Amino acid sequence: MKLLTLNFLTCAVKTCKTSASSFPLHPRDSELEIVEAEINVQFLQNILPRLMWEELGGLVNELGLPSLPPTAPLPSALVESKLQAPESDTTGLNIEKLEVPSQVARDLHRVLLETCIMSGGLVCGNCGHEYKVLEGVANFLLPAHLV
Amino acid sequence: MSRPEDNLPPDLFYNDTESHKYTTSSRIQKIQSSMTYRALSLLHLTSPSLILDIGCGSGLSGEILSNSASEGTPGGPHIWIGFDISSSMLGIAIEKEVEGDLMLADAGQGVPFRPGTFDAAISISAIQWLCNAETSEESAAGRLSRFFNGLYASLRRGARAVCQFYPKNEQQKTMVSSAAVRAGFGAGLLEDDPGTKNAKTYLVLTVGGGDLDGDITGVVKGMEGVDVMDQRRRTKDRKRGEETKGSKKWIMRKKEQMERKGKVVKANSKYTGRKRRVAF
Repeated sequence: MKLLTLNFLTCAVKTCKTSASSFPLHPRDSELEIVEAEINVQFLQNILPRLMWEELGGLVNELGLPSLPPTAPLPSALVESKLQAPESDTTGLNIEKLEVPSQVARDLHRVLLETCIMSGGLVCGNCGHEYKVLEGVANFLLPAHLV
Repeated sequence: MSRPEDNLPPDLFYNDTESHKYTTSSRIQKIQSSMTYRALSLLHLTSPSLILDIGCGSGLSGEILSNSASEGTPGGPHIWIGFDISSSMLGIAIEKEVEGDLMLADAGQGVPFRPGTFDAAISISAIQWLCNAETSEESAAGRLSRFFNGLYASLRRGARAVCQFYPKNEQQKTMVSSAAVRAGFGAGLLEDDPGTKNAKTYLVLTVGGGDLDGDITGVVKGMEGVDVMDQRRRTKDRKRGEETKGSKKWIMRKKEQMERKGKVVKANSKYTGRKRRVAF
């Protein structure tokens, strides 16, 4: 399960819906893995305003990863323009302006889309219910009395 | 045609053998992918988005969502999160190493995401399973309403959801679409090949606030071979200046008519067709 998903998941228990502490879920005994994925800057720009940055920072600290900057980067900071000659051109005369993902974008991509929780548990801050994670799949099935 | 949802609940029906059969059958794969493309064209996505896949199963539709725009997915590659109730199906998805995130969850228990998470939602051949309640503690209507309420909240304003499903009968079709409308969606049903054995029903849902402005029929605008049958009740679409029965204009017309017929008609005055003052 990607950390991106964890930034959107809340507790599924009915009585937790109204409580603010049902988000975020806190990882417990989690095993992390890096799953390489292609960077998608447009997606990052799209998702950036919807991220809860403080909670993401807290989550990263709980997992013991290098901490994030205190404020969210601006969407414009995700790309940087670079002067480069096109690959087909060997003379080096036709220099073009290319938009490439910046270091900020690559770091964000690493944290959100490549860092995955493979096993462990997710605990609700309100009711204390633990959702098990196995092979990267979280179990959100609830017994009938909690629905 | 036998309906699997009449025999067993989904988590038991899709066991290892059934899931394997479902995923490897080239016929099912073909149908699923064509339905996914149809749903994607209805979603009208233009940039890489976060999509929820309800009843993702072994990730047949998810694979298409992860494809890039050059491979035929509009606006792709998208990032998707899928959930399914069958662990065997999810097991196959893990083996296939699909790119989306998977969760084991029951759509009838709600959608556990915070408000405004997704740009779109897609569901291929799944929500007919919600129309069956397995225990006496729950009801089909309750499961549908929990699902649609949760889905409505988790989508951002202006988002769309397309759910392809196989309704058993007309009654089930109305039950599903009315549950969606009650949750707040603008809902419309699109039927491909209606009246045939291969009929496919798509429930198209919109969350208010987008460019459609509450008019669901705008979703299929410009699509070929789609007829719109609007069953919404017409609110006052009467043109301005058109007379209503009992109005001054109506009385004058009737008087003229009677005069032409040679009847005795009272002369018109400034009081004709006026309301009487409310006498105490």
